[in-house]
Amino acid sequence: MHAVVVMILQRLALGVLTLFVVSLVIFGATELLPGDLASSLLGQSATPETVAALRRQMGLDQPAPVRYWAWLTGVLQGDFGVSLATRRPISDMLAARLGNTVFLALYAAAIAVPLSLILGVLAALWRNSLFDRIANAGALSAISFPEFFVAYILIFLLAQSGFFPSMVRLNPTMSLGDKLYVTFLPALTLTLVVTAHMMRMTRAAIINLMASPYIEMARLKGLSPLRIVLRHALPNALAPIINVIALNLAYLITGVVVVEVVFVYPGLGQLMVDSVSKRDIAVVQAIALIFASAYVLLNLTADVLSTLTNPRLMRRK
Amino acid sequence: MADVLLTIKDLKIEGRAGDDWLPIIKGVDLTLHRGEVLGLIGESGAGKSTLGLAAMGFARDGCRISGGEIDFDGIDLRRASEGKKRALRGRRIAYVAQSAAASFNPAHKLIDQYSEVPVLGGMARSKAEEEAKTLYRKMQLPEPDEIGFRYPHQVSGGQLQRAMTAMAMANHPDLIIFDEPTTALDVTTQIEVLAAIRDIVRDYNTAAIYITHDLAVVAQMADRIKILLRGEQVEEADTRTMLAAPKAEYTKSLWAVRSFARPVAPPPQDAPLVSVRNVRAAYGKVDILHDVSFDIHAGRTLAVVGESGSGKSTVARVITGLLPPREGEVVFDGETLPADYRSRTRDQLRQCQMIYQMADTALNPKLRLRELIGRPAYMYLGLRGRALDARIRELLALIELEPDKYIDRLPSELSGGQKQRIGIARALAAEPRLIICDEVTSALDQIVQEGILKLLDRLQRELNLAYMFITHDLSTVRAIADEVVVMQKGRVVEKGPKPEMFAPPHEPYTELLLSSVPEMDPDWLSQLLDARAGKT
Amino acid sequence: MGVLIFLAAFIAVSIPLSWLFRAGLARSLPRHMASVARDMPLTAAFGLWVIALYVFVAIFAPLLAPFPERAVVGTQFQPWDSTHLLGTDRLGRDMLSRLLYGARNTVGIAFATTALAFVVGSLLGIWAALRGGWLDQGLSRFVDALMAIPSLIFSLLLLTIFGTTVLTLILVIAAVDATRVYRIARSVAQGVVVMDYIEAARLRGEGNWYLIRREILPNALAPLVAEFGLRFCFVFLTISSLSFLGLGIQPPTADWGSMVRDNATLITFGDVTPLLPAGAIALLTVAVNFVVDWQLYRASGLKEQG
Repeated sequence: MHAVVVMILQRLALGVLTLFVVSLVIFGATELLPGDLASSLLGQSATPETVAALRRQMGLDQPAPVRYWAWLTGVLQGDFGVSLATRRPISDMLAARLGNTVFLALYAAAIAVPLSLILGVLAALWRNSLFDRIANAGALSAISFPEFFVAYILIFLLAQSGFFPSMVRLNPTMSLGDKLYVTFLPALTLTLVVTAHMMRMTRAAIINLMASPYIEMARLKGLSPLRIVLRHALPNALAPIINVIALNLAYLITGVVVVEVVFVYPGLGQLMVDSVSKRDIAVVQAIALIFASAYVLLNLTADVLSTLTNPRLMRRK
Repeated sequence: MADVLLTIKDLKIEGRAGDDWLPIIKGVDLTLHRGEVLGLIGESGAGKSTLGLAAMGFARDGCRISGGEIDFDGIDLRRASEGKKRALRGRRIAYVAQSAAASFNPAHKLIDQYSEVPVLGGMARSKAEEEAKTLYRKMQLPEPDEIGFRYPHQVSGGQLQRAMTAMAMANHPDLIIFDEPTTALDVTTQIEVLAAIRDIVRDYNTAAIYITHDLAVVAQMADRIKILLRGEQVEEADTRTMLAAPKAEYTKSLWAVRSFARPVAPPPQDAPLVSVRNVRAAYGKVDILHDVSFDIHAGRTLAVVGESGSGKSTVARVITGLLPPREGEVVFDGETLPADYRSRTRDQLRQCQMIYQMADTALNPKLRLRELIGRPAYMYLGLRGRALDARIRELLALIELEPDKYIDRLPSELSGGQKQRIGIARALAAEPRLIICDEVTSALDQIVQEGILKLLDRLQRELNLAYMFITHDLSTVRAIADEVVVMQKGRVVEKGPKPEMFAPPHEPYTELLLSSVPEMDPDWLSQLLDARAGKT
Repeated sequence: MGVLIFLAAFIAVSIPLSWLFRAGLARSLPRHMASVARDMPLTAAFGLWVIALYVFVAIFAPLLAPFPERAVVGTQFQPWDSTHLLGTDRLGRDMLSRLLYGARNTVGIAFATTALAFVVGSLLGIWAALRGGWLDQGLSRFVDALMAIPSLIFSLLLLTIFGTTVLTLILVIAAVDATRVYRIARSVAQGVVVMDYIEAARLRGEGNWYLIRREILPNALAPLVAEFGLRFCFVFLTISSLSFLGLGIQPPTADWGSMVRDNATLITFGDVTPLLPAGAIALLTVAVNFVVDWQLYRASGLKEQG
């Protein structure tokens, strides 16, 4: 078999293994709970009998591996169990919100990825120019701002005067245009934060590349700057750029939590924060697993793609 | 003169250091005629690469041309627009870089990189490929019809260097700049590349600037030689005159470098200090050493010679215990050493010390000389306080560095040669009986090399040290060895006293190795190629 | 609009201030350090004096604050006036005083967390790089697995389990962040461990502790210090975000993240007061980032020359 196919299969296997370990960590974390779930749910005033009854009802009297297996097989079939706080099936709570969160993340990514790649490449090409300095200082500041600061500044500037709504109310009958309009501010917040990161990384990757001897050789061959960038730098820049994009899409996952809370956006992040304050561990576990899986899959995709763009790996000696 | 191709007058180039600009080239003149090859010689930091690039009107990032004239065939390269200079580069002036492996784009096939400029100039793709194959054949590349369709990482270093020369030849340029094109290659590979470059430059009547630090190489390639020292021109003359009668003191000192040689020692009478016996060693599953045996005697120097991949450094790792052998043993003064250094006693560790090739990576940059040199004396000999201080000063004096001036310096405050001396002092501080010298002179300029070799020789006589000298450089072997071991692909090809090794008859590989070392005679390459052609 | 004018005024004032600060440093420091100060960019000078200002406020908060940290001293949401320079908050506590105390609480907790993460992460990382073999493999694979979960998500999970006290907050964030520090420290140390001087020291028979203390740590310090700055920013932002979400530093402790959360409603009425604590967070992070950027640039510049 082709060496690359073997390599990609190895990566995929590693990805599955990572997912498995992640599920173990997320499940295992609950085992660290002082006391156990039933007693912390009922509080200190509960009698031992009621605790024992609840424990039996929740299956907590089973050994941990058995419960893990039940949980994992359930998750694989889309059944995350029931919420401890509301007693509703978690899958029902997640269904609509997952879609909303994915929509918001994609919206932000669709603006941020092209924008930051263009800005990053330009900053690298015009290194030390005024544009580069301003872009850099701007990006550095944006990275330094907490997401909620960016969000409130945008609300202050754009929502308070009535241009955009500061709270997002979605309903299923909305047209795509309306949806894009009402979610504009949260998407913009995410875009600003992610663009700064991505622009800086793209710039660094390109500068690193432009310092390599084969780029100097291309210049000494009398090639035009455009040709040098497109033909000599870009094919080698794909792998680092893919990694930058993956890293930042993964970053969106974290950013989404705070932004959803600020804009009261009905997504997974908001649900997670609510569940943490209610200490609804079953829901937190489910959402953590979804976020972590998305993160792992993104990195895995980037890994495979950058392997495919590397001629050294694609064509062995 | 009508056939002048390139004129450089009073050229000045500066490099940025923080907010300041420091001069790199300080007013250099240069005239090159059509079809002429000029050798540009200098040690590291002489500014020869910078000058070579300036001949293309090019300055690296962080450098700027600050004064003087560059005239290429009537075109003023200092005032020409970027577009005009681009039109010259790759077409009328071409460049061959030191490391072809790094200078070929890893993402494209060799022939695509060859064809790029010709096709942009309007040549049909198929014609460009045909020409490439012709040039590959002329450069004596194996499988000239197929090799272009490989990626750079699929081709060896020597072949890449030739492919790059072919690429430079693509548009039959008037001038090619060769920037140390064979420095990274083994001697036996170097010959092939040198021969190919020389022939093709002659065939196409191309002018060239050949940059190198190796006098013997430039003697083969150049019609004229120009010597640079720290950005200034020292002297210039045609090759034979320059070799026969250098005028400037600096040039004479360069020429004199290879004069050091120690007298031939009588055969050893005593039992060997170290015996390496039937060693087989491997990294993972791959055997690196096969049945290697040799002896080292007290007060004598054994040189282990070989090209990259011969396993010569691996032998050192086996002796020091960094790489326990699969079979065989190392006997030190009659007792077998534990294979792993972690199982050796402190005294066993003390007796065998190492000096490394790169003093920069062998000395901890954050420690002062006092601790660098003092630590072994503290550990092994238990010296403390005033006794330790006295010993450090004694060692500094021994390596000819003034103790009061240097004892509290950091390695970064020393020159390359001084750093290597500290490496020697650190080894001496342990009061060892064997010192392993791993390519200790190959990172240094030639004049500095000479000083290090003399110092090592003096110390050996004073302290009755045994040296194991690992090197690829046969002139170093000639200078310092008593016994020689020649290695190839992990095997000992030949061993014996130095006079025997350098006199025929030789093993075929030794013969190849010896004959491949360039000599200062300008006719050496032609004669060698004739001789080899006659034999086959 | 007001925000933009304020921002412009702020930049206009900080440029000459940074310039003066740099000139002052260059004048007062000993000679070899003075040249470093003279060559530093204005952004770095700005960063340094802002950090100095925060440290000053954190130390002297009780002296500087006009009112106690937790006392209700007015009615809720009073506007800016001469008694309450920045007005009062949702419960009628003095905004300015809480802002000043916040420097102590928020920055102090973030600093303690980063320091803890650093000691644990970098020692383990260097040790793994030095020992190599199964120990390194085992530790690194374990850390990889933990890092496969985004840090904020993992922190939220752990906080659900252990509850949100200041101590658990510090321990949880430090534990999550130590994995990142471990990664960096290990890779920096690996770069040092392959050096010939480490081999020389090993062949000399030096023990692990000497190797770490005298051979590796001095050479790994510069990148680790820069990394400390970056990690501090990250931890500081994470803790602020958690507080903002109501899951970090708990009331009545004055803390910038929760101050934004508590008073956020004012923003929709066009009052900038809740933006001030958020701005205080942003300003410190910008300052640290500017200094780190300068340090990284200096490190890479020195490497090119050597």
